Amino acid sequence: MTGMTSALQSGLPLAAGAASEHRTLIITLFSVFVAATLAITVWAGRQTKDATDFYAGGRSFTGFQNGLAISGDYMSAASFLGIAGAISLFGYDGFLYSIGFLVAWLVALLLVAEPLRNSGRFTMADALAYRLKQRPVRTAAGTSTIVVSIFYLLAQMIGAGALVALLLGASGEGSRRWIIGLVGLVMVLYVTIGGMKGTTWVQIVKAVLLILGTMLITVLVLNKVGWNISTLLGRAAEESGKGKAFLEPGLQYGKDGTTKLNFISLGLALVLGTAGLPHILIRFYTVPTAKAARKSVNWAIGIIGAFYLMTIALGFGAAALVGSKSITASDPSGNTAAPLLAREVGGGAGSTGGAVLLAVISAVAFATILAVVAGLTLASSASFAHDLWANVIRKGKTSEKEELLTAKIAAVVIGAIAIALSIFAHRLNAAAVVALAFAVAASANLPTILYSLFWKRFTTQGALWSIYGGLISSVGLVIFSPVVSGNEKALFPGMSFDYFPLGNPGLVSIPLGFLLGWLGSLLSKPQPEADAKYAELEVRSLTGYGAH
Amino acid sequence: MDTAPTTTQGPDEPDDPETAAAAPPAAGNDRFSTVQSSAEFGELRRAQRSFAFPLTIAFVSWYLLYVLLSNYAGDFMGTTVVGNVNVAFVFGLAQFLTTFLIAWWYSRHAAAKLDPRAEALRARLEAGE
Repeated sequence: MTGMTSALQSGLPLAAGAASEHRTLIITLFSVFVAATLAITVWAGRQTKDATDFYAGGRSFTGFQNGLAISGDYMSAASFLGIAGAISLFGYDGFLYSIGFLVAWLVALLLVAEPLRNSGRFTMADALAYRLKQRPVRTAAGTSTIVVSIFYLLAQMIGAGALVALLLGASGEGSRRWIIGLVGLVMVLYVTIGGMKGTTWVQIVKAVLLILGTMLITVLVLNKVGWNISTLLGRAAEESGKGKAFLEPGLQYGKDGTTKLNFISLGLALVLGTAGLPHILIRFYTVPTAKAARKSVNWAIGIIGAFYLMTIALGFGAAALVGSKSITASDPSGNTAAPLLAREVGGGAGSTGGAVLLAVISAVAFATILAVVAGLTLASSASFAHDLWANVIRKGKTSEKEELLTAKIAAVVIGAIAIALSIFAHRLNAAAVVALAFAVAASANLPTILYSLFWKRFTTQGALWSIYGGLISSVGLVIFSPVVSGNEKALFPGMSFDYFPLGNPGLVSIPLGFLLGWLGSLLSKPQPEADAKYAELEVRSLTGYGAH
Repeated sequence: MDTAPTTTQGPDEPDDPETAAAAPPAAGNDRFSTVQSSAEFGELRRAQRSFAFPLTIAFVSWYLLYVLLSNYAGDFMGTTVVGNVNVAFVFGLAQFLTTFLIAWWYSRHAAAKLDPRAEALRARLEAGE
């Protein structure tokens, strides 16, 4: 036994050494967060009585509250862990994520948030199916909601896996499963007990914690470089060993024509994905009016924008102060750069300050992941229960009680899927995987949302072609991409069926989704009452008349 | 005394075709078509589309310009502006700035040009015109 423990101790990588001494602190902080949020959830659960409460938090949130919750729903492991990692390893190229993730909000603000709020009730499909044939369109939209959410979940589990590996080291395989299981359980509790109200408050608390944590690290990083961004960039470039190239575009994507196309593909997916993300779209239903939805997006843009500006300090700070060698040693895709940076600015490995900051930032990262995972679970289980079960399978003949029970069962199943996905949670960068979810959302959901709201001639066939075409092409191209096979960093490094050269499918699948929606509509006859239905949708979506 | 019941009945009445319209749209839909072809609604739609559509094209193009320059104009993007800050960095920060500005601009436009029109039309619909 003693031999085994000493072997384990000596086998612990550097990254885990200091952390494990202060494991109690990390566990305490995280337990406080979980206990507090579960208390909120139980409180919210007591006020959750009907479907509007469960799916939309009773539409009782203010624009500011929802803006915070949107930020908490949006800034995921990808934003916090993934972007910091991508910038710390690839410099300027990683910054594209921050820019794309932010600019994308304008699509939501200008075109989607308000009309969607006015014309839908609980799910994305509510608005899409409004003027089209309910059952086929709900089936399609429900399917794509679940697929997008699962991609997004995978990214979160990658973040969770990287964190656990950092905190527990190689010895933690058993604890790792245990912790991931716990994450799954807590998130299922949030959703099934607290519904949208509980989930929203968890996201609000998390957004505040994440912003405060990031601000703290940013201040400490800037303090180390004499509050001079230029010095920070200079040191990052120097430490990276790449020199000036680290601060210029092209380090990751500039190799050849293909990687450049991949950069465009990624850029396109980022900017068009947000307004098609189901778990973000349903947040607009939690406020009473379109005006409040607009207000919440404005708050979100402010909060998220401030956060992404700070990713400069996180990413370049990690490159300058931690160094890419230590970062890749801890996680090959850089997912642990932010917590490593926290330890460094706290005083370094082995110091109390370093351990405390590492613990704080890791707890914040866990909170981040939990809140996003809860939002995703809610969106997909709501869509399963409301779209697929109540409206398609049971053809609208369910009671509200049955529908809500279905949603809760679906949440448990999706929680199980998320836990199962964590097996694959290695090697990939969380931001890159979330970018895949963005590509699927932009290809399968956004065309139908826009056509449905703004194009009179749009038909059911157009919607189905667009949703299924966008969904199948984007997911299909991912399967045959270098992300899944053909290289060491892939999901299945041992196999190679990487026939499609781009890591992100957006460049092909997004235009295809739009094209199919247009073509499918033109090649079909509009339904006889199509004009009247579009009149109703247009009037309702612009005036807010009869909004639930 | 006679007028009281009629006035309460007034606003109540349109609720019936409204709730009926939610399931199988029948006569209730004519109201929407009438509103849709009204001049006031045309103004609201124009105020929304003529602002949101060109601006969307503008900011997506501006963003794609940044993506394309990053890809194909590396030397230009690498030009030093001050210290270690280069053009690429300034471009990135400019994207943040324009995003904040557009969000602010749209909100002002919506409050001035969209909300009053939408509210007036909604009030008319609710009054059961």
